[in-house]
Amino acid sequence: MSVELIGAVYIVSAILFIYGLKLLSSPATAVRGNQLSALGMLVAIVVTLGSREIIDFRWIGGAATLGALVGAIAARRVAMTGMPEMVALFNGSGGIASLLVGWAALDMGSGEDPSTQTAFTIVTILLSILIGGVTFSGSIVAWGKLAETIPSRAITLPGQQIITLLLLIASIGCGIAMVMQPEAWNATLIYVVVALSLLLGVMAVIPIGGADMPVVISLLNSYSGLAACAAGLAINNTILIVAGSLVGAAGIILTNIMCKAMNRSLSHVLFSGFTATKSATKVEGEVKPIVAEDAYLILEAASSVVMVPGYGMAVAQAQHVVRELGELLEKNGAEVSYAIHPVAGRMPGHMNVLLAEANVPYEQLVEMDDINPRIENIDVAIVIGANDVVNPAAREDENSPIYGMPIINVDYARTVFVLKRSMASGFSGVDNPLFFGQNTRMLFGDAKQSLSSIIAAFKE
Amino acid sequence: METVFLGFVLMLSIFLGFELISKVPATLHTPLMSGANAISGITVVGAITLAGGPMAEWATWLGAAAVFFATVNVVGGYMVTDRMLGMFKTKEKPEVRS
Repeated sequence: MSVELIGAVYIVSAILFIYGLKLLSSPATAVRGNQLSALGMLVAIVVTLGSREIIDFRWIGGAATLGALVGAIAARRVAMTGMPEMVALFNGSGGIASLLVGWAALDMGSGEDPSTQTAFTIVTILLSILIGGVTFSGSIVAWGKLAETIPSRAITLPGQQIITLLLLIASIGCGIAMVMQPEAWNATLIYVVVALSLLLGVMAVIPIGGADMPVVISLLNSYSGLAACAAGLAINNTILIVAGSLVGAAGIILTNIMCKAMNRSLSHVLFSGFTATKSATKVEGEVKPIVAEDAYLILEAASSVVMVPGYGMAVAQAQHVVRELGELLEKNGAEVSYAIHPVAGRMPGHMNVLLAEANVPYEQLVEMDDINPRIENIDVAIVIGANDVVNPAAREDENSPIYGMPIINVDYARTVFVLKRSMASGFSGVDNPLFFGQNTRMLFGDAKQSLSSIIAAFKE
Repeated sequence: METVFLGFVLMLSIFLGFELISKVPATLHTPLMSGANAISGITVVGAITLAGGPMAEWATWLGAAAVFFATVNVVGGYMVTDRMLGMFKTKEKPEVRS
């Protein structure tokens, strides 16, 4: 196939990607959008296989079959609660692929002396290795934190930022050395650059705590796109550039949305762990516990109920009982909605997916900005395993580390139930005055069990 | 000239990406992210050219490894997104019997 024809087909697949992303903007068309985007990928792969440069299909066939098998099994098996981990791993594998493509591209031009490569090619190869490596090791660390194989809290080494800075300078130094002396490339420098990129990824993610993972995941997603884009520039392939930069931009936008939802700048997320350094005003007061039977009596009389899920709901796998309770309340005549904070859970929109899994219709899912104006008219707000996203200190206590973060104002509701295992604070390690509020009742215990007992009371 | 052309492509795609994504509601952020993630597996196209091309043996190896990882990303990413999106349901309409 001629280069022109391949280029033309790449345009078709770019259109499919773009249109697919566009259709992803509404739940009604999203499934089709995703399929169109997959079709675009298939078209691009098939036409590439027909390229004249390809003379040997054995390696491609074997590697692709194996990869497809691993990907398919992983995608089928993963539980919805484990979605953040899964996305982190897929991200990482995209990153390492770009690193390898960049590395292999050193040999481009088959047989020619690598010293004939232009400075532009060398720089883009370097970028694809660096970004790919950072994406890979960063995603692995993020996965480890999400799966809690490594502590999810922020880990800071002494002189962390200086080390990261030195690593960056070293990488740039390598880049300059390579442009000056391309022969030196293949020998040692390439290993140095690969090692540097992997180290940089670890250093970038390790100081970020579990609460900031939504931001990190979406940032790494952006990196994986940029890595593909850099690889495309290195091997002069337009579809890699277009698709890669689409993803890169998408990730940046999402990252920005997440940061806004926490009222923190990106640099703040990246360079300072969510350490409660400022001493927040100590909250004191008396908590008022409630038992499931009494909670039932209040819920039975309520005419409007809002559920506010958080990561605790995911841990307790309580999404199905949440939906069941919601349905019972609706049957009882109450208006039920689910208020979702943009950063609840461990990845953007995590709660939406869990509730969707439990068959909650998406019309009942309400965003923070839509629920807050009418929260005063809500009879009961049920907080299920969420902490920081409903903490009124963010609104009132200027000394609180989370001050200024937009929250769901559940404390304005007539009654608040907080489902919680203990009085422990959330990821941010901040006390929550909500627990001591006049209209707050604490329902201690595993969220799933507590909800089940309320449901049992309803059914009696 | 080539470099300038690639630069144009890059800039336009970035702006398009911004435009497309800023309209997506929060409900769909997770599927959007994993769908976008699958697209980033486009590296597979580059990997294929390298793995099947007339290159030194080590480059073929690297290319093959890249094909493997990128395919995991592509196949896994699209399938898991499809699975997630399949769960987003609207309230059941009264069933129409045929």
